[in-house]
Amino acid sequence: MSNELNFLTEQARRGRLSRRDFLGRAMALGMALPFASSVFAEAVSGTPIKGGLLKAGMQGGSSTDSLDPASWTSQVQFMFGKSWGECLTNVAPNGDLVPRLAEEVSSSADAKTWTFKLRQGVLFHNGQEMTAADVVATLERHSDEASESGALGIMRGLADIRTNGKYEVVVTTTEANADLPYLFSDYHLMIQPNGGKDAPDAGIGTGPYKVTEFEPGVRHSAERFEDYWNLDEWGHAAEIEITVINDPTARMAALQSGQVHMINRVEPRVVDMVKRLANIEVHNVSGPAHYCFPMHCDTAPFSNNDLRMALKLAMNREDMVERILRGYGSVGNDFPINGAYPLAPTDIPQREFDPDQARFLYERSGHSGPVVLRTSDVAFPGAVDAAQLYQQTCAQAGINLEIVRSPGDGYWSDVWNKEPFCASYWSGRPTQDQMYSTGYVSGADWNDTRFFNEQFDQLAVQARGELDQGKRALMYHDMAMILRDEGGLLLPMFNDYIEAHNNQVQGWVDHPQFEMMSGFALSRCWLSA
Amino acid sequence: MNLIVARLIAQRLALGLLLLFAVSILIFVGTMMLPGDVAQAILGQSATDQAVANLRAELGLNDPAWMRYLDWLGGILTGDLGTSLSNGQSIADSLLGRAGNTFFLAFWTALIAVPMAILLGLLAVRYQNRWPDRVISGATLTTISLPDFFIGYLLIYFVAVKLGWFPSVSTVYDGMPFVERMRAIALPAFTLTLIILAHMMRMTRAAILNVMQSAYIETAELKGLGGLKIIWRHAFPNSVAPVINVVMINLAFLVVGVVVIEVIFVYPGMGQYLIDHVAKRDVPVVQACGLIFATVYIGLNLIADVVSILSNPRLRHPK
Repeated sequence: MSNELNFLTEQARRGRLSRRDFLGRAMALGMALPFASSVFAEAVSGTPIKGGLLKAGMQGGSSTDSLDPASWTSQVQFMFGKSWGECLTNVAPNGDLVPRLAEEVSSSADAKTWTFKLRQGVLFHNGQEMTAADVVATLERHSDEASESGALGIMRGLADIRTNGKYEVVVTTTEANADLPYLFSDYHLMIQPNGGKDAPDAGIGTGPYKVTEFEPGVRHSAERFEDYWNLDEWGHAAEIEITVINDPTARMAALQSGQVHMINRVEPRVVDMVKRLANIEVHNVSGPAHYCFPMHCDTAPFSNNDLRMALKLAMNREDMVERILRGYGSVGNDFPINGAYPLAPTDIPQREFDPDQARFLYERSGHSGPVVLRTSDVAFPGAVDAAQLYQQTCAQAGINLEIVRSPGDGYWSDVWNKEPFCASYWSGRPTQDQMYSTGYVSGADWNDTRFFNEQFDQLAVQARGELDQGKRALMYHDMAMILRDEGGLLLPMFNDYIEAHNNQVQGWVDHPQFEMMSGFALSRCWLSA
Repeated sequence: MNLIVARLIAQRLALGLLLLFAVSILIFVGTMMLPGDVAQAILGQSATDQAVANLRAELGLNDPAWMRYLDWLGGILTGDLGTSLSNGQSIADSLLGRAGNTFFLAFWTALIAVPMAILLGLLAVRYQNRWPDRVISGATLTTISLPDFFIGYLLIYFVAVKLGWFPSVSTVYDGMPFVERMRAIALPAFTLTLIILAHMMRMTRAAILNVMQSAYIETAELKGLGGLKIIWRHAFPNSVAPVINVVMINLAFLVVGVVVIEVIFVYPGMGQYLIDHVAKRDVPVVQACGLIFATVYIGLNLIADVVSILSNPRLRHPK
């Protein structure tokens, strides 16, 4: 191959060239299309090498962690969990649903009865075969009202879960839900022997790795499960290890000195410097995660839509992305959906910074006196600075924004979802329906904007049961418009995940759903020879 | 004489126990005053109300505070630290490992830092106001003036990243070979040494200089004894009391105050363990850690008192 082609191949391998760009340029160099296409595939994936110890240094672990999937909230827990456990389904980087423990998923025409055909011959780490009974028990455990499962909210709509033979599970829902198979990719719903009812934190699953060490908040390690059903694509490294490194500087030092192969949460302010290092690759992946300022639509003065709109128009979004995210993100449009979601609306006009219009609407709302915004360091990185920047742009619109800084301890129990206007974040959900039904429909568990809109609720139910994707997309478009123009969500920016690995790591594929390849980095990557 | 010393020591011990009891109440009240709710803190931002209510009931958080306190105190007295609220593990088991790590690091740091500080102090006195004194004082004052995390980062950058001599991540675990373990703690131990050196060295120097003014030192000089010998044989024993106090305070610091170093070097000690559990409002664990910290602090100060008493002839041989 020519030098130029080598260069292109290397760029493609590093993820800096898309398939289309690569093919275009390779053909310009005189390469035939089928051949260029296979070169690209090889450059991007390569042939996995088996063996070695693959190590990750990660932010987000604590000595209070447990192996019980129901209790998971942070990225270290689900990253380790996704190495030893498996769900019925997975979401691919392009947003498609891919089967995992369920081989086939089908639904009745009304999208109320779902049949999951299970893969046969899959073994748990304790040697038992995974059967429909284990799946049913798992789903039951997480849908029990008395459980403390993080998946309880999404399990509420299930009416009945039962086995149909040894390898088939039939789930019926109270109302139509076209997204049900997506919900079952939730990391809480790892299939455990007898659903984990006997030993929820035993750490026994069907995943490519077996737990060998679990020291909460310090170090988790696992070795390859030799009886795993798909060792061709998963479980390349012989052993994996996660070291919890919560300090960002220490994390970067560990990567640079080669003690770990990959890290999450690179600080935006060091990215440019890190990109100059020869043996380190930085990935910034735009996902559904966002930083926001929810307002309670039922509390004065935020009950006035003119005031809400004035506050939305007084936000300089480009400036926020530039200063708070250092460019590693994208502007928000006051609804919580972006291109990371399937069927995301694309033609909604971007809301711009307009202090004059904001001033007009603010005066029309008749409010006088300061508007109180609560913020804290824990709301999102840079939340205090963001509030101060926002105060400046509000002043340009004649709005007197008063900032109250709250302590990080207790912020999520005492301020967020309690005070009418505060800083917050969401990490996003796999589907639009899940995002809206956890945060924005009237009966949502965390309706943190107190948004009660009948039309919106109806659209949500209709879209959920609609199997025609075209019609569904239209409904989601309408929902986004309602939320953007009437809702209480002020969403200035979507933040990228920024992560890095050294050049020994191969097989990395950016995944917009969650960080670290949606938690699969350790079980999908391999070490170069 | 023995009777009096024994009585003094007994008095100190009783006082120490009383203090510990008071500390346990203080910690309990302190954890009650923290904002937020245990169940909410454990389940995080994405908790449903139902899950929070279930967890509260399961953890017994609906009982009055004094009842929970008495239950816990009873458990401690019978040797049962209870289970962690947040992950259900036995506190004694997980705390023992963490405490072991903390003491391991503190022990090796102390083994280097204490003799070195005293030796440097003696040298500084011997060459008072000459260049060795100035170099020692200048260097130690520099290291104590820099914040501990900054020294840590400097060492990580130069020694771990640039030179690659020692690892920057000091994670230790059960079954780690001893040599590996020593390599892992090299950087945190060195950082801590730099931090505590100055305090002990300055106190040694000041205490000995104080004694050097005495008439009997002049006599020793007139007798023709060498400089270091006078300091070591005649001045140092009479200045042990203040030095031992400072040494003990620094040893206590090595156990209870190194959470920043633990975070930077990712060392699984008790400090990080405590902070994690404070964040989750895990009262039993916070209490257990607090009590261990208090015991170490009070215990070391007790030792300092006893050594001061024993080193003081006026107390050893009362009229």
